[in-house]
Amino acid sequence: MTSKATLGSTLFSNVVIAAVFINGFAIMGIELLGGRVLSPYFGTSVYVWGSIITIFMLSLSLGYLWGGRLSSRKPSAKVFALFFVAAAILSLPIIFFADWTMTQVFMVVEDPRYGSLLSAILLYFLPICFMGMVSPYSIRLLVSSQEHSGRMAGLLYFISTLGSALGTLMTSFYLVLWFEINHIMWGIVIGMLACGALVLVAHAIAERRSQS
Amino acid sequence: MRRFGAVPLSSLITSSLTATFGPAAWMSLFMVALFALNANAETIHEERSVYRNIFVTESDGRRCLLFDAERGQRNQTCINIRNEKEMLFHYTRMSMAGLLLNPNPKRILIAGLGGGTVPKALHELYPDAEIEVLEIDQAVVNVARDFFNFTESDNVKVEVVDARVYIKRAGILGKQYDFIMLDAFTGEYIPEHLLTQEFLQEVKAIMTPDAVLVANTFTTSNLYAHESETYKSVFGEFFNFKLTGTGNRVIIASLQPLPPATRLKRTADSLEESLKPYGIAIQQFPMSLTTRSDWDTSKRVLTDQFSPANLLN
Repeated sequence: MTSKATLGSTLFSNVVIAAVFINGFAIMGIELLGGRVLSPYFGTSVYVWGSIITIFMLSLSLGYLWGGRLSSRKPSAKVFALFFVAAAILSLPIIFFADWTMTQVFMVVEDPRYGSLLSAILLYFLPICFMGMVSPYSIRLLVSSQEHSGRMAGLLYFISTLGSALGTLMTSFYLVLWFEINHIMWGIVIGMLACGALVLVAHAIAERRSQS
Repeated sequence: MRRFGAVPLSSLITSSLTATFGPAAWMSLFMVALFALNANAETIHEERSVYRNIFVTESDGRRCLLFDAERGQRNQTCINIRNEKEMLFHYTRMSMAGLLLNPNPKRILIAGLGGGTVPKALHELYPDAEIEVLEIDQAVVNVARDFFNFTESDNVKVEVVDARVYIKRAGILGKQYDFIMLDAFTGEYIPEHLLTQEFLQEVKAIMTPDAVLVANTFTTSNLYAHESETYKSVFGEFFNFKLTGTGNRVIIASLQPLPPATRLKRTADSLEESLKPYGIAIQQFPMSLTTRSDWDTSKRVLTDQFSPANLLN
């Protein structure tokens, strides 16, 4: 079997698709919680949401760009899994250092518009950037021929955005009612780590099968 | 690769906006228009706002500021054109009960301007007191100034700011107030960050030892209990003020032990004359100030980590 065929094995494809779904869920979950994380320091004025959405869009756009570039050089399941692990680890400061970070910003920046913008950059830029890298890289991993690249891209858009829709709904309707913000964040961190691990395991199984 | 970005981007924006501002905003506009028609009131002004548009209507000698059509509170604030002093709403009159605990406020902080009825009254009653009003929406300030005769002066200042942000900074700067009124909860979206234990601790930090806190709050059953428990966790026992026949509840909290009924009555006697022109029957208030918990005390305290007020409502 060629390496492309290995990567395209059904188990591996399904795990990648599931990981893309969780990633989409996590992005919108974190974004919605962002409003609650920032509100004790910067309020819930329109511009606080403006800051959060701006930084999420910016982080995702750069993530798409860099993820796409990385995928052109020897795409591997390990790098893909690394995105999830990096995103999970870089989300930890949101749990442990958000209050400290925002206190520093609050003391230095008087205008809550720029205070919320700066805080959003410090807390969310890195993890969301890595989550953005997942999307183009997943296409590269699963596309095996040029003819069906559009079809695969479409499927992955679909899955990722469906995950985002569900992440938005679940977080805003239910999760904040059932759990504390940090508990939900831990759930997302663990989910992302599990995705990384599953991708590696599925890849190892696919490799072994192709060798035997 | 670029196109890949486009779809999630637009969907993210849409879902973010929908989650944040909600279709309710449009609904409320529609319903406000409907109510205005029903009441046969003439809309004399419409002010555009980044939050929700504001309408000023007039009928039967009343001028009203509207931006809410939910929970029957379609009139945010109204004045009697012929007698501007008269307070037309129960909750406005009830919030003056705070004066029973501190009849001589010198530094007043009010979160939520509305038509400016309360700051106007307090300024007339205590011209030497310094009054600061926090209002998140510049459009409300414009309407209060242009249609409700609210004026800023040396002793009456308005800050266009989120109350939480202002109060947190006031605590750091060491500012202190002896009369604080929280009245930011009449909009359709509940500002969840103004209901939490951490927020109330920040409020507590800017209260002088003899200060009184008056909060206009919710009476819907679920949130009522959560909110009561939250206040109790920060201030201990507080006065729960309800008047029969009204759907309002006002929380009155203090850092001192609460005064006995006899003292409240004596203070009410001394305030009676000055509050009469506003239509406030202050002598009826002391008997309705109770410390009894008439809510489910097992409900969870609201915190910055857990404050789904809009879902509990």
